[in-house]
Amino acid sequence: MAQDNIIAKNPVLTPFNVITGIILFVGLILTILRFTQGIGAVTNLDNNNPWGLWIGFDLLCGVALAAGGYVTSSACYIFGLKRFHSAVRPAILTAFLGYALVVLALHFDVGRPLKLPYPIFVSQGTSSLLFEVGLCVFLYLTVLFIEITPAAFEWLGFKKLRNWVVRLTLVLTIFGVILSTLHQSSLGALFMIVPSKLHPLWYSGYLHVYFFISSMFAGMSMVIFEGTLAHRWLHDTMDKTHIAESDGVVLGFGKAASFVMMGYVGIKVIGLSVDNNWHYLSTGWGLWFMVELIGFVLFPAILYSMGSREKNLTFIRIASFWTILGIVLNRLNISVIAFNWHLPSADRYCPSFTEVGTTIFIVTLGLVAYKFIVTRMPILHEHPDYKEEH
Amino acid sequence: MEFFTLHDFMTYSKGITYLVMGIILIFMPLYWLYLTDRDK
Repeated sequence: MAQDNIIAKNPVLTPFNVITGIILFVGLILTILRFTQGIGAVTNLDNNNPWGLWIGFDLLCGVALAAGGYVTSSACYIFGLKRFHSAVRPAILTAFLGYALVVLALHFDVGRPLKLPYPIFVSQGTSSLLFEVGLCVFLYLTVLFIEITPAAFEWLGFKKLRNWVVRLTLVLTIFGVILSTLHQSSLGALFMIVPSKLHPLWYSGYLHVYFFISSMFAGMSMVIFEGTLAHRWLHDTMDKTHIAESDGVVLGFGKAASFVMMGYVGIKVIGLSVDNNWHYLSTGWGLWFMVELIGFVLFPAILYSMGSREKNLTFIRIASFWTILGIVLNRLNISVIAFNWHLPSADRYCPSFTEVGTTIFIVTLGLVAYKFIVTRMPILHEHPDYKEEH
Repeated sequence: MEFFTLHDFMTYSKGITYLVMGIILIFMPLYWLYLTDRDK
């Protein structure tokens, strides 16, 4: 098979393999340190700042950027936009890996891996938003796993199982959209419990709406960005259909992201207005808020619009990267930077090198898993036995 | 702007919010037209 040839051709000592190998080795040492020495040995967390980089980046950004799965599959299977079909499997795979790594990162933060089933099966905290987030992530990860299994079954040659799971596609997509709506918004709603800790420019009664709307354009941007990287580094694994449809995916998602981002700017201004927070805009925090909203939402939205009108794919690809940075900035602002904003600087949180190292380790793990799967399973191409089935 | 009662605050903030929402309601369809007018 062509895929086997590609795998056999690749040398082991490539720059990618060497760098990721070093990161994974260091990450393993950090993991041992974390689980043997405790959270205090590897993080700068304290009672003022119990949530740090692992929650702010690995979990909040991970969930937001994994939204490409529900956005792409609902565009294709619910709204009938079949021209985006080739983007569905890569998006579902990214979402699955994203959520799997979110759960892994949570283990690092909580430090009790054997207690993972407790919130769902043993002691349900039904009045807690965290329970709702946990339940949704557990169910959605299961849905994503089932959604990605046809690719594995095609690779393994399990034709009957593959055909049986493919029949569930629409139900799984609907279930995925419902679960994503619930937990994407609940992650924002979590912060509604801290009105005195989060800066008023970021705190709002609409936080759950902001998180959900921003997850939509985060997902679309991630699909575009990931597609760009795949074209650059994994071009050999793509078939003609995937390559032919990719420009349409970039243009379509760029246009949709631009519209949703403009709406997001609109509801952010409404949030400012409802709470009458205009006066904060003239402070240093206000300047930082404007950097986030204008520099990392409005600017890429305009860049997206110019790109989709002029059919300029470079503009759209730059905008997608810029938007991803904006999402990361927004989630870090809410969970770390503008959190405990009134504390003296000596009590403020700054992640330790080991926290940053663990985060890099987790992201690298995702990259390696993505590359391993994509070079073997029919993700960026159709399996020859199942062509023209869609 | 100084407020003496909750009613004062709500009148002011909601008044501004309704104006903002009106502007957005007009702007968003126009923005959609701007995004799609070259599709045909």
